[in-house]
Amino acid sequence: MSAEARDADVAIDVEGLTKSFDGKVVVRNLTMKLRRGRIHGFLGPNGSGKTTTIRMLCGLLTPDSGRGSCLGFDIRTQHDEIKRHVGYMTQRFSLYEDLSIRENLEFVARIYGVRNPETAAQDSIDRLGLKGREEQLARELSGGWKQRLALGACILPKPDLLLLDEPTAGVDPKARRDFWDEIHRLAEGGMTVLVSTHYMDEAERCHDISYIAYGDLLAHGTVDEIIDSVGLTTFRVSGGDLTALSDQLAREKAIDMIAPFGAALHVAARDPVALERIAQRYGGDHVWTRDRTTLEDAFIVLMSRSHEAAPERATA
Amino acid sequence: MSGTFSRFSAVFVKELLQLRRDRLTFATMIFIPVVQLLLFGYAINNDPRHLPTTLLVQDESSLARAFLSALTMTGYFEIVHVAHSEAEADSDILSGRSQFIVQIPAHFGRALIHGEKPSLAVIVDATDPTATNAAIIAINGAAQIAFDNDLRGSLAYLRATPPPFDVRIQRRYNPTGDTQLNIVPGLVGTILTLTMLIFTALSVTREIERGTMESLLAMPVRPVEIMLGKIAPYALVGAAQMGIILVAAVGLFHVPIAGSLALFFALTMLFIVANLSVGYTFSTVASNQLQAMQMSFFFFLPSMLLSGFLFPFRGMPDWAQIVGEILPLTHFIRIARAIMLKGSTASDLVFDTGALALFTLAAMGIAVARFRQTLD
Ligand SMILES: Nc1ncnc2c1ncn2[C@@H]1O[C@H](COP(=O)(O)OP(=O)(O)O)[C@@H](O)[C@H]1O
Ligand SMILES: [Mg+2]
Repeated sequence: MSAEARDADVAIDVEGLTKSFDGKVVVRNLTMKLRRGRIHGFLGPNGSGKTTTIRMLCGLLTPDSGRGSCLGFDIRTQHDEIKRHVGYMTQRFSLYEDLSIRENLEFVARIYGVRNPETAAQDSIDRLGLKGREEQLARELSGGWKQRLALGACILPKPDLLLLDEPTAGVDPKARRDFWDEIHRLAEGGMTVLVSTHYMDEAERCHDISYIAYGDLLAHGTVDEIIDSVGLTTFRVSGGDLTALSDQLAREKAIDMIAPFGAALHVAARDPVALERIAQRYGGDHVWTRDRTTLEDAFIVLMSRSHEAAPERATA
Repeated sequence: MSGTFSRFSAVFVKELLQLRRDRLTFATMIFIPVVQLLLFGYAINNDPRHLPTTLLVQDESSLARAFLSALTMTGYFEIVHVAHSEAEADSDILSGRSQFIVQIPAHFGRALIHGEKPSLAVIVDATDPTATNAAIIAINGAAQIAFDNDLRGSLAYLRATPPPFDVRIQRRYNPTGDTQLNIVPGLVGTILTLTMLIFTALSVTREIERGTMESLLAMPVRPVEIMLGKIAPYALVGAAQMGIILVAAVGLFHVPIAGSLALFFALTMLFIVANLSVGYTFSTVASNQLQAMQMSFFFFLPSMLLSGFLFPFRGMPDWAQIVGEILPLTHFIRIARAIMLKGSTASDLVFDTGALALFTLAAMGIAVARFRQTLD
């Protein structure tokens, strides 16, 4: 099957990707198909294989088995093409700390053979609002500015696909918001974005979400699709001693999830009838109201289910 | 192709900037050669005098006495023992009591007058050639002066050149007996080996340890472009070092440059690149900076010992010579000695130049092949 024969609408298409380190499976049989021009959120707890997956996508790691393509290029064989068309922002800042913003950007511009590296670097500085800091060494920048520089370096060569690995970890809320506005602008310009994150508000700004836990892809779809797929009924409980309530509810077999929700609790179960009964039983000074199931609720359930289904997998 | 150049220049400019920011490395680069040269150059007194000498005089003629007084006048020899037999004299050398035996054979004076070209035997303990070589040169001069003064009047016919006698110098334990000027060409090579090796040995491991390798590998740059871009700035540094060393060598130690300076520069650059490629190769093989430093050290040691810098090359056992032939320093020392001291030209140095070039290409080939393009 040639690259052209595959769906031209698909940016990432992987099938059965597996990768282990020292006998420990880190990504298991991952199959994913991501459409072009969209923002894909990649979620999952720490150590679940997100970084490993992203590295396999851009050719930095060779999968043990499985096949895949990125922008129609084979992830095993066409590394050169992938590198030229994919921008990868690493989880840890990996530009040169001892170079200034401008020098880092010019370096990237030259590597990609941009015709006029100085101008390209300047444009990038203007676009990302780095003006006035361009001569600062990267090591002197705060987290937010570093992240902005890293994004600037990624998009400077105008890639078709952006792989962003936890780009907003440790960045203040304002910088995060600006960052996401920029990502949406890029997606509107036709770029495909795959972004891994821990933040639920960020996940909700993605067009599609893939949820991976301990190497397994547990859910894939839009926010609503994922929430619907777990099929939960959720109550918000407020008032009274919620800590004690939480302990009591934890012993109820019918309940799938108890999680703090602001100053209240979210309590969810797949069986709405059983949940109603429990709500009545634990009325008292607690106020039970029906609420929307959030994405976070869904993920908590997904994660605990994956543990129950295969507890040995996490260490297998 | 222009893409290749652009990527090469990206790495080159980046390395140059990083080098400029790294004050310590920068200072080291200027400091190491100067300090080493001064230490080596001055600590090694390459013209020691008053060397212990045993006399074995078997001829009591006035000519023999004249020679002996001229010999002591040179200042190089201090007669510590007058031996009466060859066995006695030999034991002086074996015990290290003397470094020279000067033997004036029986009937030397009579043979000289009869125009029979008799021989003066000078036996040298050449285990330490740098100590004895200047003295050997002085012996010839002393003999000349002594007999010039004495051969007058009726004996004046004997003053013709070549001199009417031979000085037979027999170097023991060291067949080559190189001159003391050897030390500086060798030193140039040793200093360059050490510094060049260290600079590139860290270049790849540093990127891995700082985490910048991940970004670099995700960019469309080829291993060979990375290698050349990382080597080139240090080649410039090497050229500067060579300049410093050369100025010091000529200015402080009066080393002559008999041959072409341009040729010397060109071949030294080749040698610099050879060492940079070895260092770079180590950095692609090593998994951390410590390992890279250890590898460099293990390469530097045989370079010092087996290249002919410290010990005469031809005096080494076969296996050591074979190892020595592989090392770039061996070839560079030959080249440097040949150009600086002998005035050799490019065509004389084809073999050593070829060996250096081959070594460089092999090292670069290994480095490119070994460069890990993934994080696996
Ligand atoms: N190069 C490696 N060698 C050994 N183990 C690794 C390597 N890279 C990742 N791992 C392990 O694989 C697991 C998944 O890591 P990672 O892909 O970084 O997860 P995530 O990005 O989702 O936090 C972790 O347990 C991590 O320790
Ligand atoms: Mg990660």
